[in-house]
Amino acid sequence: MHELSLAESVMQIIQESATTQHFRRVTRITLEVGELAAVEADALRFCFDAVSNGTIAEGAALHITPISGLGRCNACGATMSMRERYGLCEQCGDPHLEIIAGDRMQVKELTVE
Amino acid sequence: MCGTCGCGKGEVLIAGKRPQRFASSAPTRFRAVAKPSPASFKVEQVEQRLIHIERDLFAKNDALAAENRRLFATRDILALNLVSSPGSGKTTLLVRTLQLLKDKFPLAVIEGDQQTENDAERIRATGVRALQINTGKGCHLDASMIARALPQLELETGTLLFIENVGNLVCPAGFDLGEAAKVVVLSVTEGEDKPLKYPDMFRAARLMLLNKCDLLPYLNFEVELAISNARRVNPDIEIIQLSATSGAGMDEWLGWLHHASTHN
Repeated sequence: MHELSLAESVMQIIQESATTQHFRRVTRITLEVGELAAVEADALRFCFDAVSNGTIAEGAALHITPISGLGRCNACGATMSMRERYGLCEQCGDPHLEIIAGDRMQVKELTVE
Repeated sequence: MCGTCGCGKGEVLIAGKRPQRFASSAPTRFRAVAKPSPASFKVEQVEQRLIHIERDLFAKNDALAAENRRLFATRDILALNLVSSPGSGKTTLLVRTLQLLKDKFPLAVIEGDQQTENDAERIRATGVRALQINTGKGCHLDASMIARALPQLELETGTLLFIENVGNLVCPAGFDLGEAAKVVVLSVTEGEDKPLKYPDMFRAARLMLLNKCDLLPYLNFEVELAISNARRVNPDIEIIQLSATSGAGMDEWLGWLHHASTHN
């Protein structure tokens, strides 16, 4: 979903970091993408290639680290891995699961020159 | 071009005009920056370093949404984000709702569509203020678009603000606009399994309006199955069955709006 907007946000973070951290070129970008964030890695790569074209990040390697989904049961407090945004608690069967990891996306590191 | 939903670059227009500055996920043009030529690599060693960024991609939108939410709170404005597939009858439902409410609340509408002022014109025909945001090829509204649209609406205290998002059950789920609640419209001409196919949206919504219920006698749509699918994804979702055309269920919906506005 909305990979183009996200690719533009990545590019914006890079441009802002270039100003504050004083670099002229980015050769590698490490992103952490939650498995529940509904982000398609291939679509993100495609969009990033398009938006980074002609910028300091053109040609940079995009490394995507998937982050597993993790939920906590609001009823019994058990934590469990989640493959979807909804489900039943593995311990007590309650459907009120709160996602505690794996639904965000962040720019983790940049290798720069 | 977004590989999932087909969104792409395009010009955002608010009330037909290009906004002054672009932010967040609005289309952005980046200036080309001179790169070292291959020849320069041969003569000078370029030092590489690793820098830690750890910045969340949704953080900027979330911060702008929090700002919108603060502004709504200071003026006692109830803002609702209406989301659905294209063709669910959202605009017809909204027009009907506005006709029934216009003597009871100050009302305003922000319309999001890729192209045309058609929906805003339909709203304005009811006498309610409406502002159209055209997202170009973008597939959703974001918090910065709303932030830039708000000054043009000059909302008075106690306004009930409906934000009709782009018809899309995927992307609008991920973008908080600062609303009090998302209201998802599902029509009975769609499949009962829509909540399972698009769980993010049904999970994010506080209320599901099951629309076009006047057509049920002509369809093989199982209402109970649709409701149980929605509750599988979101056990706390509230559900109202209605028809904007026949008016059935509209009282319950208006009651929900009254309750939401007094408990905002």
